[in-house]
Amino acid sequence: MPSLKDLRNRIASVKATQKITKAMQMVAAAKLRRAQEAAEAARPYAERMGEVLANLAVAFEGRDDAPKLMAGTGNDQTHLLVIATAERGLCGGFNTNIAKLGRERARSLIAQGKTVKILCVGKKGFDAIKRDLGQYVVETIELRSVKHVGFANADEIGRKILSMFEAGEFDVCTLFYSNFKSVIAQEPTAQQLIPADLPTADSDAESGATSVYEYEPDEAEILADLLPRNISVQIFRGLLENAASEQGARMSAMDNATRNAGEMIDKLTINYNRQRQAQITTELIEIISGAEAL
Amino acid sequence: MAELFQFELVSPERQLLSEQVVEVTVPGTDGEFGVLKNHSPFMSTIKPGILKVRKDSGAVDEYFVRGGFADVAGSGLTVLAEQAVPVSEINSEMLNQQIRNAEEDVADAKDDDTKQKAEMHLSQLKDVADALKAA
Repeated sequence: MPSLKDLRNRIASVKATQKITKAMQMVAAAKLRRAQEAAEAARPYAERMGEVLANLAVAFEGRDDAPKLMAGTGNDQTHLLVIATAERGLCGGFNTNIAKLGRERARSLIAQGKTVKILCVGKKGFDAIKRDLGQYVVETIELRSVKHVGFANADEIGRKILSMFEAGEFDVCTLFYSNFKSVIAQEPTAQQLIPADLPTADSDAESGATSVYEYEPDEAEILADLLPRNISVQIFRGLLENAASEQGARMSAMDNATRNAGEMIDKLTINYNRQRQAQITTELIEIISGAEAL
Repeated sequence: MAELFQFELVSPERQLLSEQVVEVTVPGTDGEFGVLKNHSPFMSTIKPGILKVRKDSGAVDEYFVRGGFADVAGSGLTVLAEQAVPVSEINSEMLNQQIRNAEEDVADAKDDDTKQKAEMHLSQLKDVADALKAA
């Protein structure tokens, strides 16, 4: 049985923890709003990009000279998995869920006899997979010092992936991130970057419109220009979705933690009061029985 | 009264402009071109330069754009630029930084093709810097 003093100390400590989790929750809520706005602001760009690429892709369908970024290398032996996670923990299952999805994919690819390479963006993802898949990690990119993810950060990652692709280091590239659905729901997602996974253009309605398009320079050059950009754009979108998801996950995790701490304090307080009363009763009995003995 | 059309200027970070305008001048890779209402469907990549937007009121807004493309469709003009900044917010410091980056790219280029591209990028940036200084 802990003594009264022990109980008092524990209550004080849980209260201090509760204050911290409460503060973290509020910080996450404030950051979430900003992250959400950023993610929403980036959507029109990524969507337009997708549409335009889909239009252009129609012209190249089935052609031999289609760019490799779109058609692939004709091989799928080596896979590059880009696992984007947060830099910090204390955000519930956020990092674990992304890492889990990535790990499952890596395992199934290895089981099929494919070569797997992993590129980690964010420290926590690397921490999560380094124990069993550490040997496959080719590089880790940390964004710890970056406060707000800018396009420049995504572009840097995109260029790195492209230079690896051009050097023939992999055939298929997949990005793992968490899609921000709502504050309480984040969905780990796998998105194929190379070869580009393009939405098929609506052939009925648009085929007439696309054919009269005039291109300057020609289609091939525009496509060659756009495909690498598209990689960076998709990564940027993934990072922004991730940022919003992270704050959402942290907010609900910290909300839970605050509530649990509250429950714990209640329990400890009841325990404390009960013991205090018991102690008083014991003292009284001692005095009374002492007086009676006289 | 000039006819208006829908113009959108989007960068990866935000949508800068979405409104009805009279005329837009875009710095295309193969040369500058103007877009008015009912322009035929057209698509072009853009080079670093100044994009001019003439509004209904006659006021002209200028934006510095870099990397991306312009898409003219029946619904209007959309410019997707990797970087787009109103000229009023731009300063020579930022431009100089980019010129330095471009110079490094030229120095780092491994083969002739990339080197040529990097050099072109650099010269385009320098053109913009000169144009801004003159203004």
